[in-house]
Amino acid sequence: MPILGYIGHLLQLKERNRMSEAPITLLAVDLSRRFGRHGAVEGVSLQLRRGEVLGLLGHNGAGKSTTLQMLSGVLLPHSGRIEICGFDLARQPDQARACVGYLPETPPLYRDMRVEDYLEFAARLRRVPQGKIAGALAETMRRCGLQDAGRKIIGTLSKGYQQRVGIAQAIVHEPEVVILDEPTVGLDPAQIRDIRALIRELGDAHSVILSTHLLSEVESICDRVEIMHQGRLIYSDTSVRMKQFGGGNMKLEDIFMAITRNHAQNDARTEQAPEELS
Amino acid sequence: MIRLIALKELRSLFHAPSTWYLLGGLQFMLALSFFGRLDEFLQIQSKLVLLANAPGATQAVIPYFFSIVALVMMMFTPVFTMRLLAEERRNQTLPLLLAAPFSSSAIVLGKFAGLAVFLWLIVLVCAAMTLTLALGTPMDFGLLAANACGMLLLSASYCALGLYISALTNQPLVAAIGAQAVLLGLWLAESTASDGSRFLHSIAPTGHFQSFNSGLLDSGDFVYFLLFCAFFLLLAIRRLDNNRIYG
Repeated sequence: MPILGYIGHLLQLKERNRMSEAPITLLAVDLSRRFGRHGAVEGVSLQLRRGEVLGLLGHNGAGKSTTLQMLSGVLLPHSGRIEICGFDLARQPDQARACVGYLPETPPLYRDMRVEDYLEFAARLRRVPQGKIAGALAETMRRCGLQDAGRKIIGTLSKGYQQRVGIAQAIVHEPEVVILDEPTVGLDPAQIRDIRALIRELGDAHSVILSTHLLSEVESICDRVEIMHQGRLIYSDTSVRMKQFGGGNMKLEDIFMAITRNHAQNDARTEQAPEELS
Repeated sequence: MIRLIALKELRSLFHAPSTWYLLGGLQFMLALSFFGRLDEFLQIQSKLVLLANAPGATQAVIPYFFSIVALVMMMFTPVFTMRLLAEERRNQTLPLLLAAPFSSSAIVLGKFAGLAVFLWLIVLVCAAMTLTLALGTPMDFGLLAANACGMLLLSASYCALGLYISALTNQPLVAAIGAQAVLLGLWLAESTASDGSRFLHSIAPTGHFQSFNSGLLDSGDFVYFLLFCAFFLLLAIRRLDNNRIYG
């Protein structure tokens, strides 16, 4: 039996080595963003390697969407630096954005267009060469299970299919980094399973960062977890190790609550007695 | 990229049935006013013969007809421009364009080009309608060309203004009413200004259209229209950039 444990340990080491050798595709350093006086995101640093799926976990209003908007180039950070595939998002925005596929919270769909016209438009927007467009469309529609929906008008599709079209537009140009903001929200269980399988598949060749408030999602598809609370990252680890938090017999929900509660208490303590600390 | 966005804009315009209804109604109205004016001219033609240097059919019909077209375009352009950016905001499709690998200016210029081409089609159809005069009478093609040219510039400047106002809001209807109010305000300021106030005359697009309308090609008016378009397009680009800054 100890031998099996040893082999498992070796495999884990090997896996970790592979991860640490893969090139960094997304690097964010010390991002901050305010809306008026309200600080939505403060001092967030992230890095993502190729072949990795990172889950951004947090309550509603924790700053997940704002962070993802900044990473995708839709929103400028007040301070901090973002590098995508080695391109600085502020200095070389076009090259950097070309490496990103982004699905916002609400899928950006033109409801009066046909699915294939829409995806073709999305591919052209990302400068997919003319000759490769047909192939990219066919491949993306196969991946997202949209083969039968190509001629349909987007507005007539069900919510689940619209979400799939949203994911399809984010991956049609084979980007290095895929950013998905709550990709499975509002879907039925079967669709959730399909989409999770798709994200897992994407994670093999691309880097994926997704936000969610569903812990089961993190458990089933993410390699790594970052927990966000009141605009800050408060906990970061592999999802396997997160499950071992508190002795390995706690449910994920309890772990999550324990981490955020700990943090809130720490905050309160520092606020009450700042001079003691200094 | 500009071409891609312009084509997408044109395609979505022609895909909507309401565009065709509007175009049909517009052409019908304009044709009525054209033939009404022609009819008036034919009735008084016998008296005009007695005058020395009497105006010909072209001179009697075309400037009047194009001033009507200018007025109608002023009312209708906001209906088309309102969707451009306000609807992208309302439907939350703007992130698709903002996250794509090109600058805000490509988005604005693409939208402008798409709609300007559409408005120019309307103007060219109107010009083609007046060409029917050539069936019955020798025509002053120079006057027609000056009017058509002025109309193209005027509609482009309305389009730029409407686009900017559409960039300000996320409600298409507000954008339409806003653009209409500004255009109407400019027109009223120009048409009710006393002869002495050159400023009001020079600030409104309709004032600069008048020289084209009477057959004059004035380079100053050309420059005015180009500056007018550039000014509002720049404002729209800035507004879209602010979208990234303020969220």
